[in-house]
Amino acid sequence: MLILERSTNTTWHDVCAMDDIIVGTGVAARLNGEQLAVFNTGSGVFAIGNFDPFSGANVLARGLLGDIAGVLVVASPVYKQHFCLKTGQCLEDPEISVPAYETRICDQSKRIQIRVDSV
Amino acid sequence: MKKLQLLIVGNGMVGQRLLEDLSRMPHVYNITVFCEESRAAYDRVHLSSYFSGASADELSLVAPEFFEQNDIRFLREEAVQSIDCLRKTAFGTRGTIIKYDTLVLATGSYPYVPPIPGHDRVGCHVYRTLDDLDAIRRDAANCRTGVVIGGGLLGLEAAKALSDLGLQTHVVEFAPQLMAVQLDQQGGAILRNKITALGVQVHNGKSTQKIIDGDQSRHKLVFADGELEADLILFSAGIRPRDALARDAGLAVGERGGVIVNDYFQTSDPDIYAIGEVALWQNKIFGLVAPGYDMARKLAAHLCQQSGEAFTGADMSTKLKLMGVEVGSIGDAQARSPGARTCVYEDGVKGVYKKLIVSDDCKTLLGAVLVGDTSDYDSLLQYMLNALPLPESPSSLILPSLEGKPMLGVDALPGTAQICSCNNVSKAGLCQAITSGCTTIGALKKETRAASTCGGCASLVKQVLESELKRQGIAVNDHICEHFACTRQGLYHLVRINKIRTFDELLQQHGKGHGCEICKPAAASIFASCWNDFVLDPKLVGLQDTNDNFLANLQKDGSYSVVPRIPGGEITPQKLEVLAKVAQQYDLYTKITGGQRIDLFGARVDQLPMIWRDLVDAGFESGHAYGKALRTVKSCVGSSWCRYGVQDSVGMAIYVEERYRGLRSPHKLKMAVSGCTRECAEAQSKDVGIIATEKGWNLYVCGNGGMRPRHAELFASDLDDATLIRYIDRFLMFYIATADRLQRTSVWRDNMVGGLSYLQDVVINDSLGLASELEAQMQSLVDTYVCEWKRTIEDPEALKRFRPFVNDDLPDEQIVYVRERGQKRPPRAEEKALASIEHEELV
Repeated sequence: MLILERSTNTTWHDVCAMDDIIVGTGVAARLNGEQLAVFNTGSGVFAIGNFDPFSGANVLARGLLGDIAGVLVVASPVYKQHFCLKTGQCLEDPEISVPAYETRICDQSKRIQIRVDSV
Repeated sequence: MKKLQLLIVGNGMVGQRLLEDLSRMPHVYNITVFCEESRAAYDRVHLSSYFSGASADELSLVAPEFFEQNDIRFLREEAVQSIDCLRKTAFGTRGTIIKYDTLVLATGSYPYVPPIPGHDRVGCHVYRTLDDLDAIRRDAANCRTGVVIGGGLLGLEAAKALSDLGLQTHVVEFAPQLMAVQLDQQGGAILRNKITALGVQVHNGKSTQKIIDGDQSRHKLVFADGELEADLILFSAGIRPRDALARDAGLAVGERGGVIVNDYFQTSDPDIYAIGEVALWQNKIFGLVAPGYDMARKLAAHLCQQSGEAFTGADMSTKLKLMGVEVGSIGDAQARSPGARTCVYEDGVKGVYKKLIVSDDCKTLLGAVLVGDTSDYDSLLQYMLNALPLPESPSSLILPSLEGKPMLGVDALPGTAQICSCNNVSKAGLCQAITSGCTTIGALKKETRAASTCGGCASLVKQVLESELKRQGIAVNDHICEHFACTRQGLYHLVRINKIRTFDELLQQHGKGHGCEICKPAAASIFASCWNDFVLDPKLVGLQDTNDNFLANLQKDGSYSVVPRIPGGEITPQKLEVLAKVAQQYDLYTKITGGQRIDLFGARVDQLPMIWRDLVDAGFESGHAYGKALRTVKSCVGSSWCRYGVQDSVGMAIYVEERYRGLRSPHKLKMAVSGCTRECAEAQSKDVGIIATEKGWNLYVCGNGGMRPRHAELFASDLDDATLIRYIDRFLMFYIATADRLQRTSVWRDNMVGGLSYLQDVVINDSLGLASELEAQMQSLVDTYVCEWKRTIEDPEALKRFRPFVNDDLPDEQIVYVRERGQKRPPRAEEKALASIEHEELV
């Protein structure tokens, strides 16, 4: 895996090309052994964990995108709970959230990179 | 407390209603019922539907186990022979002897047969019971022509029945006009024209002198002036109360028959009551079901000492459809009230006649006659019943609805206004039910019974519902979601009319925000129903719901199941072998579905294209098990093999499945074809059911299995192949255009104002002028069908989405299975926990 930048505890990883995600959908990606769901809403690129805590399956990348009262969300394809794309927070259950990752677009808007903080 | 013996004589519509009303109240009675017929109470109002396909079971008014559950002793096929009022004892015709404390006569009426010489010849019938109808049907099989003597409401119903049986039908009426009780002369004349145009010959002003052998036919009717030959004769010359029992027991009866009752239905013996058509109240017999139901309700309350509500007579207004002709009669239709004025609208071309009868000061409505168009009936009836002040120009109420027609808002009605006269439901009663949570037409009908007998008040019930919901501020936001301020139907029309093909366009022009998992799949389904573009096109793929998104059915562990189409459930051994090989190769859990197909479970997303390739290469295609679309057309083996089959049900099922495959709709669609009336394909539990007859196909619609089972209703009979398909085309496209999101045809039908007959009007009679458009829309979908699996595996761009990870080709290692009964299945939670401990130990 190509590691682009390394500071003391932050790493940016190149994940895929912009073209690899159809606008309005998501893809699953693997990073450091974790499964991520990476979305392109058309207005931005977002990354959260791919694991759906309600069904126990790695499926969030296959959810539908949208907004609930202005909050950008993905709806789990299994039982339809909503997760905020920016924070990973579940809208239906304040106790539950999935990890959220910082993203950026580089190389003249061609590549998608995701930041993973090492522990 | 000692129980009292309550004996009810007769189990017709009114007698049964009394039992139902009693069963809902706490009471002190042991109830015994004498039922003369072989069948318990059934719907006589819709008797003629027995010839157009309804079965005796469908006409039944008695819920299964009703008598057992309510501890009612039910004596089938036993009438009461005599009553000994002194000893309070009744004697049954089969020897049952019952001592009673209270007795209710609900013996109803019998058809009057005028004592014309020859009235009792073989082949002369009456029209009152299912047994009568069975006899008519048997006899009609050997007849060409039929004549109904009597041109009243029932006579015309009977004429329809004869005409449905394929007889050339005549109606002979003594009076100079049809329906002399309900209509005026001009209304009768218009009705006559309409009925004649439908092929029934009407002979007014004819008095039958005798019936003798015919020259060409079995009978000859001899009139004072002329004669008429016919093979079958049906008397429908009015009804008479069945009061013989009461007469013999010494109860007071009216001069022209009927057991005299007071305001509480008590006869001259205070322990004997009479209700329904046998009861004579203030010298009046009430020959409609609504007053009968009202009597039953009041008597039940009286017997339970709940209230002293007296009977105050009943409104005899009626609205009905005779042989497809709408007829309405309100109040004083013959303008007999002193000083009454009239105002008439007539359109001789369309055959529409409307007359208002108003008070001499033109302030209140006294009555009305409507022929050919009863759309004003509901509001006129309310004007009359509630004495609402008429608009300045009353004629505006019946003129064709141009701009500015004064609408009777339901808000103007008082709470006491009776909306459903059959079941005595007032506006206040409806509002109460709405407040307590009945916010759909279906729920409201179930709770209050309004609009569930004759259905005449359905549109008024709907108006009350809408207005009340609005008034109570119960959010009947019918918007599909926060992004679009309209219903699914609204979206559908926007898409179709403005030729919108993408969600971005739709959102920009008519919505706001980014959309969501409600509106996106709805829009995707609408786009597919209108334009049939490839659902995984980059512009559409982000709209597809879970299953459509990957053209397979997502399971709980994130894997998918795959269902190839097996049209009509017919499959060669060679193709079965292919399925077996694919299942073995990918280790797929294999199960037969309820829809005569085979479901292959446990495919990872990255395996789907490979599986499809193997299946497509062997001649399979997508079964659309993942879509809100046509699923399966189930069939029995039909006439090719079955000893009883009368048509090739498998051939028809395959044809239908291949015609509508891939059709996207508001919800999934299931169909079935049975090769004979034994109905082995269970077509009556489907959205579209087709059942073979000797002459063609019967079409049933709007059935459902699953959580809320609903029998499909007979929509049309004995259709040829082409007509059958044409009706299904229209039916499906009309459903697609007008249903709510995720609304099955059964619920759509339950909420449809105007019910089945409205749907029949639209589809069969093309009342909205939409038929050819609907057919063209369907044809375009049929012509543009492609298999979505094949399309996908041929499209490298579309295939990219099926990679397990965008940056890694190794599959998801967290999808694991255990084995059971020789196949794999996802591990249960406890098995998973165990596996992860082992995994950690291994690491």
